[in-house]
Amino acid sequence: MAIDVNRSQKDLLVVEDLKKYFPVRSGLLQRVTAWVKAVDGVSFTIREGETFGLVGESGCGKTTVGRTILRLIPPTGGNVYFDGEEIFKMGRREFKAMRRNMQIVFQDPYSSLDPRMPVGEIIAEGMAIHGIGTKQERAEIIAQLLQKVGMNPYHARRYPHEFSGGQRQRIGIARALALQPKFIVCDEPVSALDVSVQSAVLNLLRSLQREFGLTYLFIAHNLSVVEHISDRVGVMYLGKMVEVADRETLFRNPLHPYTQALMSAIPIPDPKAKRERIVLTGDVPSPLNPPKGCRFHPRCPRVMDVCKEVEPVFEQKHPDHWVACHLYSPSEATFQPPAVPQPQPITLS
Amino acid sequence: MTTVAQPVFTREGAREAKSESQFQIVMRRFRRHRLAMISLVLVTLIFILSLLAPVIAPFERDAIDISSPARPAPPGTRSADGRVHYLGIDHLGRDLYTRVLYAARVSMSIAILVVLISETFGALLGAIAGYYGGWTDTIISRVIEFMLTIPTLPLLLIISAILLRRDVILPLPDFLNRFLSALLLAPPREAQKVVVLVLVLVIFGWLGAARLMRGMALSLSKQDFVEALRAAGASDARIIFRHIVPNGLAPILVNASLALGGVIVTESALSFLGLGVQDPTPTWGNMLSTSQSYMFQHPWLPLVPGVFLVIVSIGFNFIGDGLRDALDPRLKR
Repeated sequence: MAIDVNRSQKDLLVVEDLKKYFPVRSGLLQRVTAWVKAVDGVSFTIREGETFGLVGESGCGKTTVGRTILRLIPPTGGNVYFDGEEIFKMGRREFKAMRRNMQIVFQDPYSSLDPRMPVGEIIAEGMAIHGIGTKQERAEIIAQLLQKVGMNPYHARRYPHEFSGGQRQRIGIARALALQPKFIVCDEPVSALDVSVQSAVLNLLRSLQREFGLTYLFIAHNLSVVEHISDRVGVMYLGKMVEVADRETLFRNPLHPYTQALMSAIPIPDPKAKRERIVLTGDVPSPLNPPKGCRFHPRCPRVMDVCKEVEPVFEQKHPDHWVACHLYSPSEATFQPPAVPQPQPITLS
Repeated sequence: MTTVAQPVFTREGAREAKSESQFQIVMRRFRRHRLAMISLVLVTLIFILSLLAPVIAPFERDAIDISSPARPAPPGTRSADGRVHYLGIDHLGRDLYTRVLYAARVSMSIAILVVLISETFGALLGAIAGYYGGWTDTIISRVIEFMLTIPTLPLLLIISAILLRRDVILPLPDFLNRFLSALLLAPPREAQKVVVLVLVLVIFGWLGAARLMRGMALSLSKQDFVEALRAAGASDARIIFRHIVPNGLAPILVNASLALGGVIVTESALSFLGLGVQDPTPTWGNMLSTSQSYMFQHPWLPLVPGVFLVIVSIGFNFIGDGLRDALDPRLKR
């Protein structure tokens, strides 16, 4: 897949055809009997200083994308370029130095902090690993970081159990910032928080982005949150990227039927407002045995014959607007069904 | 966990709550467990007595009082030079009080050595198995399961019978030999035999700790903070030693304190059957063993080591219970 380079902004992260399959073992000998294709050929780019929102239902592979990019899970295939360097080809040593540039903020504020360590040590750990500064210098940096995330320097001596979820999330953000990264994967950082705390943490992430020139990969399933914080948005369905566009375009003019259905599900805070709701039938199919052709076709309200046979290509349909759907590819819309008689398609209206 | 937060004014004028460390919380909760506290006091007392054995013991460990007309003799018997045998003398004419203090030193040293070595080894192996998973875990877990199916006491009897008869001399460095000799208050040759027994007990001692730590490591390594460490570039050794082991230590501590009582009993059982530590090195077990032929005429002979044995083994069990309650994160008191 070609990567568009005619842009004013620099691409910081380029993901090409990323794949991650998890083996399913069974039987006495624990032989691999099947593969769960959690991420199956995902491509996108993130430009320096922007926030790239990644949305999709639970289990569609968003989190796996985030963790595979950071090499927390070994990839099955594909390439990731960070600042022009191919990170999957790097050796252990080389990549350890690279890790300073890419950090992660987790969803669960409770399991993401070591309960037996004071907050200051948790934040300092990364610096200690990379040999940054003396103990006193680190203590100063910790105090500054805690203030930056809206906490007090004396909190450094306390243990995680003494803090609320929102405060813990701030500590997690301070830990990610401690290594002065360029890029942070925010893996559903506000999903576990109260709505009132959510906006505070989102605004914190935003102001930190401006101050330090950070680039975010923001993984979420809450579309309102994604609309609030993202510059560009990617939509995933069952291990595939189905649509990528800038926020305005994606929310005003979604092309893929799945994205359209998602958009119609955003609640409007007005009881009188009328809206057309596209209700999808059925459940997400298992990634163990994804449907043939377009993975969305069993649930798609605009399904065509071609969708059941041919997998749509992820293409640029408008400037900077990428979609994987047969509705927008005239070349493949003229697809002739094979001569073998096919069972009558169940049309969803 | 609840913390008693008291507002304190610092130099900056900011309100600061005094925070309690994890250790303080555990201690506060442990103190509430009455039986455990009583046990802790008694066991500590016996431990101090055993440390002071050479100072407070009135006689030599193996000195035979030839002046005594009766052997064994009851408590309160005086020797020719007027010194009192507080707890009487045994069948060879040795002072029972002196020997029971020395025995405390040997029995407790064995228990502590065995528990220290086996819990450390077990915890480490368990942490490795749980953290790495896969084949490493499969191999370690199967070995543990296999060893757990073996009935331990008969096998321990066989192993110690073989090792003791061969008169094995372990190739230990000189400083260790001298340390052990001083620890057990016994000549190096006797100390060597005690070490053999310690090693025999370690063979089956590490299994419990390994299983406990494996389970803890398995669940801990799935937590996000471990992912965060890996994202920061932490080495496996750092993650295991600085994060997994400290977080999994609570059940190991409980297990260790229960094991201390268990090891003392097992060692006594082996010594009682004549396959543990051999006379003249005294342990509570072999003191019981030698006294069995006189127990009807001279009941204090088995009673003295027996009482110590019961206090210490029950004591360690209560301490373990207390620790378990204090370390349980679900109890929010």
